[in-house]
Amino acid sequence: MGFELPLFYVFAAVTVVASMLVIGQRSPVYSVMLLIASFAALAGLYVLLDAPFVAVIQIIIYAGAILVLFLFVVMLLNAPKERGGRRPRLAAGPRRLGAALGVVFAVELVWAIWRVASLREPVEAAVVLPAEAIEPVRWIGQVLYTDYAFAFEVTSLLILVAMVGAVVLAKKHVQ
Amino acid sequence: MVSLNHYLVLSAILFAIGTAGVFLRRNMITVLLSIEIMLNAANLMFVAFGRHFGAVDGQIIVFFVVTVAAAEAAVGLAIVIALFRLRESLDPDVFTSLKW
Repeated sequence: MGFELPLFYVFAAVTVVASMLVIGQRSPVYSVMLLIASFAALAGLYVLLDAPFVAVIQIIIYAGAILVLFLFVVMLLNAPKERGGRRPRLAAGPRRLGAALGVVFAVELVWAIWRVASLREPVEAAVVLPAEAIEPVRWIGQVLYTDYAFAFEVTSLLILVAMVGAVVLAKKHVQ
Repeated sequence: MVSLNHYLVLSAILFAIGTAGVFLRRNMITVLLSIEIMLNAANLMFVAFGRHFGAVDGQIIVFFVVTVAAAEAAVGLAIVIALFRLRESLDPDVFTSLKW
């Protein structure tokens, strides 16, 4: 009782700070490591959201597989640090357009959150999950293999295509 | 009590950080990492809304997003490797042959 809010703030702070450091790093190895920390904190947030399945997926697939793949590539390429200095300055026209688009983006985000805040119908009522939710993973499996069966099969095709594509793209071309 | 809005604001912040990373960094690997941050911001919002409406669909969509993210990372990194072989650089500003 009462642990939820402090935990939320701790996990949220770790996620945001680690993500900002990811962006702030020059060296890609540190970026990948910090992103793993950020995703671990996100997994904690998923536990707070009563989604243990997603939390476990986040750790095993994201932190364990995808980011390790990134790490492998960084080390394989012996990736150089980003060089310092400023980018060549854009002309005034594109710069103004970019600034305007940035403002539009910020306004959109604020507007979307504000709209949801004014929508809140089933706030507390919906927190009472249906009876099936007592075993969340079984519930997910049931819906995934019935309602989402087609999407699930298509996903396997997508993985196959990505695998073949990655091999073809990354292989050395021999004349 | 943590409300839906807490999660939405956090998700928006993460998405903004990811967007900033895509535009600010000059390293293709960090740009791909920023895209992962944006995907995770969207995932967080899916799960938060799923809990809010008492539906499991949000978590299932996260499952599909993670799958697509894995495919994207594999193909993206393969392209990065191919480009690095070509120019010995990870700076996206170096690759301008398709620029008009």
